[in-house]
Parts: sequence; C-alpha cells; structure tokens
Amino acid sequence: MDIIYILIPLSILLIGVAVSVLFWAIKSGQFDDMDSPAHKILFDDDDQLKK
Amino acid sequence: MSQNLCFHCGEIALEGNRWNLEIDGEAQIMCCPACKAVAETIIGSGLKDYYRHRTALPEISPQQKRSANDDVREELKLYDEPAIQQSFVQHFDISQSESQQAEAILVISGISCAACAWLIEHRLNQLEHVISVNLNLTSHRLMIRWLEGEINLSQIFEEIHQLGYQAHPFSATEAEEQRIKESKTAFRRLAVAGFATMQVMMLSVPLYVGAMQGILAQYEVFLRAASMLFATFVVMYSARPFFSAALRDLRTQHLTMDVPVSIAILLAYFASVWSTVNQGPEIYFDSVCMFTFFLLTGRFFEMRARHRMTQAGNNLLDLMPSAAIKSGPDGDIVIPSSDIQVGDLLIIKPGQQIPADGIVESGKSAVDEAALTGEYLPIDKSQGDLLIGGTYNVESQLMMRVTATGADAELNTIMRLMDRAQQEKPAIAIFADKVASRFVAAVLIIASIIAISWWFIDPSQAFWITLAVLVVTCPCALSLATPTALTAATASLREQGFLISKGHVLEGLNQIDRIVFDKTGTLTRGELSLEQSLPASNNVTLTAEQALKIAATLEQYSNHPIARAFNYAGHFDTDNIEQVTGQGVEGQLLNIEGHEDTSYRIGRADFSFPQQNLSPPIDDDRQWLLLANNNQPLYWFALSDTLRQGAGATIAQLKNWDIKVSILTGDPSSQVEAVATALKIDDVHKGLSPVQKLELASAWQQQGERLMMVGDGINDVPTLARADVAIAIGQASDLTKTNADAVITNNSLTTLLQAISKGKKSTRIIRQNIYWALLYNLLALPLAATGFIPPWAAAIGMSLSSLIVVGNALRLLSSDKQLVSL
Repeated sequence: MDIIYILIPLSILLIGVAVSVLFWAIKSGQFDDMDSPAHKILFDDDDQLKK
Repeated sequence: MSQNLCFHCGEIALEGNRWNLEIDGEAQIMCCPACKAVAETIIGSGLKDYYRHRTALPEISPQQKRSANDDVREELKLYDEPAIQQSFVQHFDISQSESQQAEAILVISGISCAACAWLIEHRLNQLEHVISVNLNLTSHRLMIRWLEGEINLSQIFEEIHQLGYQAHPFSATEAEEQRIKESKTAFRRLAVAGFATMQVMMLSVPLYVGAMQGILAQYEVFLRAASMLFATFVVMYSARPFFSAALRDLRTQHLTMDVPVSIAILLAYFASVWSTVNQGPEIYFDSVCMFTFFLLTGRFFEMRARHRMTQAGNNLLDLMPSAAIKSGPDGDIVIPSSDIQVGDLLIIKPGQQIPADGIVESGKSAVDEAALTGEYLPIDKSQGDLLIGGTYNVESQLMMRVTATGADAELNTIMRLMDRAQQEKPAIAIFADKVASRFVAAVLIIASIIAISWWFIDPSQAFWITLAVLVVTCPCALSLATPTALTAATASLREQGFLISKGHVLEGLNQIDRIVFDKTGTLTRGELSLEQSLPASNNVTLTAEQALKIAATLEQYSNHPIARAFNYAGHFDTDNIEQVTGQGVEGQLLNIEGHEDTSYRIGRADFSFPQQNLSPPIDDDRQWLLLANNNQPLYWFALSDTLRQGAGATIAQLKNWDIKVSILTGDPSSQVEAVATALKIDDVHKGLSPVQKLELASAWQQQGERLMMVGDGINDVPTLARADVAIAIGQASDLTKTNADAVITNNSLTTLLQAISKGKKSTRIIRQNIYWALLYNLLALPLAATGFIPPWAAAIGMSLSSLIVVGNALRLLSSDKQLVSL
C-alpha cells in the first residue's frame, strides 16, 4: 500500500495543473459567454460561407 | 394556418400576398415592405439558414422601427466622426499592413435567439476589411475589429440596421469592470471548491472504511494530511466571502446566516487540523469542503442572474445620445455630447434624441416625452418651449439653445432623486435571517453550557462532544433552506418571463399590501393603435376598409408616432406627398378604381378640411384624425393607447388576493380615467411629477403598507427605487430596468400573478425547510450532548437533512399550470 505515498502527491500535482489551466481559461475570457458557443456549433456545419 | 402571418416577423399580414418574396422557390408572405427589405438582405447574403435555425421571432418588428428611415443613414454618419469615436473605438498599429486596425464594442438590441447572433456575425464577416466579429449572446455585445480607412464604422452600423437590429456604441464603465472581476473571482472560488471537494471525498472513502475495519496509523495520518491540504485551499480561498460578510455583519451588530456558516466552517476546519496533527478521533474536511461548495454554487447562480440583468441594461450615459450637431459661425459641426456647453446652438434632427436641456430657438416639431413625463402623445414644441435632455424629437428639425447640461440637466435631477429614494428603501425582513440570528445565539449558548458541564463530568471527552454538538447543529440545512428555494423559484420564473435580480423579491412578493401601477407603457401598451373609424357624414360612399387603405397610404410618409397606428403600408401609388408638421399629411393618390386622381388629406380636422369647422363625432380624449378630399370630409379615425393584454384579468385577481391597486401617472389627460374605469381601479392619481409620485409612495409606506411599484418610464425610477418591490416592464428604458428588482420580460401583466403565487409558494417552502432544519436540530442536539452520537454519524445526519431541504426546494421548479391558463 506504500504506493499511495507516490500516487496521492501525483494526483495533487495533477489537480494543481488542472486548476491552473482552468484559471488561465477564466482569465482569457473563455467563460464569459456561456450561451452562444453552444448554439454556434449547430449552425456552422450547414454550408461553408466564406468571404 | 387560417391567418396569413408574415414569414419574417410573424405579424398578421393584412394585405395577403402583396409583398410576397420567393424563398427556395416558394412564395412567402411578408406583412410590409420593411420586412421584405430585411428578408431580401438576409436571403441576398446567402444567410437564409437563419429562418431554419431561429427559435424566436424578431424582437423588433421592422415596420415598428421604420420611423424616420431616411434619416437613419444620415444619423449613422455621425459615428464616423473622430470626436464621437474617441469614447468607444480603440486603435491598433499592425506593422505589416498599411492601414490601422480599430476595434469597438457595440450593444445590439433586438436579439431574440441564437440565430440572430449567427446572422449578424455572418453578415458582418462577409464584409470586406472586417477582421473579426464576435457577438456575446449573454450580454448582447458585439466586438468588431476592422481596417481603418478601408471601411467606415457607419457602414457597419448600417449593415446591422438593415438586418433589423439596432446598434449602440458601448464603453465599459467602472461598475462594468467591477462586475466582470467579481464574476471571474466567483468562478475561480467555485472551481477550487469543486475540485477540492471531489478529491477530499475520494480520500475520505478509505478513511471511513478504515474507521470501521481498522487502518494502519501511518496511512491514516497521510490520508488526513492530504485532505487537509485540499481543505486548506477551500477555507483560505473559496470560503473567504463568507468570512468577510460575517465580519461585516458582526460589526453592524446583526447576526445573519454568514455568521453561523463561518463559525461552522472555521470550527470544523480547525478541529480537524488539530485532529490531524495530534491524531485525534475524527476529521471533517469532507464536510467543510462540500458545505462550502454547495453554498458557493447557490450564490454563484444568484450572482449570474443579477449580472445578466444589469448587463443587458446599461447606464445613464447610454441613455444620452453620444453626438450632437452644433451650429456655429463656421457652419455645422458634429461634437460629442460631453462637449456641449450652455449657450450652444444645436440642430436636432427628427428621430434624434435631445442631448441636453434647452429652449427651442426655431422650428416646429413634436417631442416624445413619454419616458420622462408619462404622457403618451408627443408634445408639440415651437419657439420658446422647453426641451428636456433624453427625450426624442419625432417630426421635423429643431434648433435649440442649450440651457443646462450634465449634472444640472433634468435627467440628472431625477437620478439624484432616485439615489435619495434608494437610501430610504425599507428592507424586506428575510425570514431565515430572523430565525438564524436567534438560532445562532441559542446554539452558541447551549454549546458552551455543554462544554462546561462535560468538563466537570469527563474532561477528556469534553472537546469531542462539544464538537459533535456543533457539527450536528451545523446550520447547513438552515442556511441552505433559503438559497436553494430561491434559486429554484428564480429559475422557474425566468422561464415564465419574470427575471429577478435582487434577492429579496420572492419573499417581498408575499408581503405586498398595495401595488402601484404607472399607466403609460405599463397598464397600456404605450403606443397608439386604431380603435374606431366613423364616416364623417351620411353621403360618404367610401367603405371603412377603403378609407383605411387611403389613410395608411398617406401616413406611411409621416414620422409622427400616430402614423405607426396605420401599419405603414402603401396600397396605392402616390404623387405630390407633403408632410405638414403638427398638422398632417396631404397627397395625391393615383389609380384608385372608380375615382379620379384626387388629392387627400389626413390629420387635424382644420388641416384636412379647412372649409368647415368640424369637431370629432364623439367628444373624448382620444386622438381624432380626419380624412378628407377637396370636396368633403370622409372618415374620422379614433386613435388611442390600448390596454396591455391581460391587464383586466390581472387587476381582478390582485383584488381577489386583497391587494390594493393604485395608478400613479404623469399623464394629465382624461385618458387616465378611461383606463381606470376599464380596469375597475378606484385609486387614481394623475398628472404627477416624479417628486409627487415619490411623495405619495412614501406616504403609503409611512402608514405601514408594503408597496410594489410596476413601471417603465424614467419618471418612475425614483418611486421604483423607493418601493419595497420594484418591477419594470420589459420594454422599459435601461435606466428603469437597472433600478428595478425584477423585470417582466414577456411584457404580459399576467406574469405578475405567476410571480406573486410563486413568491407565496416559495415562502411556504422556505418555512417548511427551516422548520424541518430546526426540528432535526432539536432531536439531534440532546443525543449529541449526552454523547450518544459519534461525530461521523453527526456528519451523515447533517448531509441527509441538507438533502431533504434541497429536494423540497426543487419542487419549486414546476410551473403553476392553473395560472398559466389565465
């Protein structure tokens, strides 16, 4: 069972990485608009409109 | 489908297939040329998928918006002026390209569903020299970047206008930045609490199993230490808002829910830390994290609801126009409205908002003052008349001399009045807070008695039993009782068209004694519609339908709001049309069967048929228009501001509930009595200034009445700020909406009934929850005090009681079927 001495710190490290990635995402404004991306993805497939 | 509904805006198409447009080989019915124009733009840009994807019809029907269409382009040109752009356009130097890039944020009004956002983004992306477009569906803000010099900002505005939406420049205020910061911090706190809770729960499984089956001390210490690490982040970072709120409440000397919450979190945390270090019997890190996470979730959703509303609305500055045309010795120049000075001579074009207070120097026009005074008809203004900043010039060009700007202007006087009223706003007693303060005091006293008693009986057990008492009585269920019920009720009301932005609304709805309604725009729709048409004499051969068509044809050339009642449509070909300010419209109609090309006039009686002194067939306060040709008067049309849908049923039901109903309006006309009689309201006060409205409202409050105010205009804002519960109608000005506690978004007054009954139901559920939480505590406390409950059982009991509370609150999510049918 001594493996937990490695695995638990490792999981703590991973959580740290996950939280810092999330903080970065919040900071860069990815959570500012929670509504439109969900809809956009449904529309854009239909036909390719380019300039 | 029995009726012909417009393919674009969904309104009834009165003229069958006159404006048909072919889409995908199928002829689609349009109700008016304005809709057709918008639809053509959409189809022409290859964006017809909009019609397939949209889930809601356009918010602003193009024909309503059509007023002063020709002036729009002219007005939008103002946005190309560097002086105007200064406040909201940012410039970027990009080294590779020759021209500069510029970026602006615009607020778009008229967005009703996700397809609108898609449509606007794609249309603007098709434009050359537009670099990026991003529309936020939550805040209705459009961020656009373009190549300066290659494309004008006014072109972008015009494109948006052609799609049937309106754009306004937006410049972030300090409050706005504060809001973004608050929301980001809240999200971070929630995320930390969420992640940590999951980890701690995972770690506590082996600890619980170990507690039953035995675990080696070294593993136990390690697992506890790991849990402690996560819990430390939660307590130090995520739970901080509770502590600061509790400290603030203690300083102002009243016990709110934040106090026991903070005590519970801190005690459980430090007891667990002590236990970890000294290998004590029990840790509560999982409870600490979970408790914090649940509470934060509730508060997070509450905050989002609050922000959503203030975001859509803006601030006072957005209400004021951003540009003005100043007439000087060197010609006319466009200046930002912030540069206007007392004594300036300004040109006000029709459709433009008046930028400051002033006096008419020359010109004659009608000014729409509905937002400030509640009068539903535009007021005729000529030389020497006062103009108020923030109102709209509707008919023709005016020259004005500025008399007051900024802080001295009328609009700002109302703002100051509002600030004062806000400070005097009575607080709605929150039931949970009342219970909480007594409960907290009781628990603290009992816990110390128990601690002292056990100290004499068995000092070694004293600490753990006291801790069990505190955990068992942990106000978890009690503090979840209110927020969960409110969150559920708020979510369900939002779907029904009632958007709550301040926490006290639901409990307040239950305690209302009197509801005060504004008339124009609240009980009525705030726009004129055709009520009656009568032949002017017996020998008129024209049918009512023909007369209406002639009237509509003429009125399509008028900018006056009266013309909107005729549904803007050209039925006949015309010639020599002339609009006479303050009088009416005159013109020749061609190719009418059985008639020569005669000229017709519609408007005031002395204008339409000056040969005779005619008065309306019925003497009332409605607006009467006369249609006449050169030989004889033809038809009378009565226009009036009609009642909002469901107003009658709503008032009747309110009386049924023993709620007193009053009308407070700025409109001095006898129209007020007509509305009051139709709705059977006895208590009517008319012709009131904002100050008088506020005085009446405070007089009622001093008599001990709980007041609800429902309004839409700027003149209602001070009273709204003072009322116990303030509700704005969805079409209200932004300033009104931001000052209201809730907004009726579907513009139907019956929503008010649903809200009140939901308020009653949620108060009932909150009470049930609180009583349950107290009962549980009452049962568990003696057991814990006598040492029968081990701390782990206390933790399970606490979680269970919380789950029951949450489950009970979820019942509020269902909608009231019996009221919807009203």
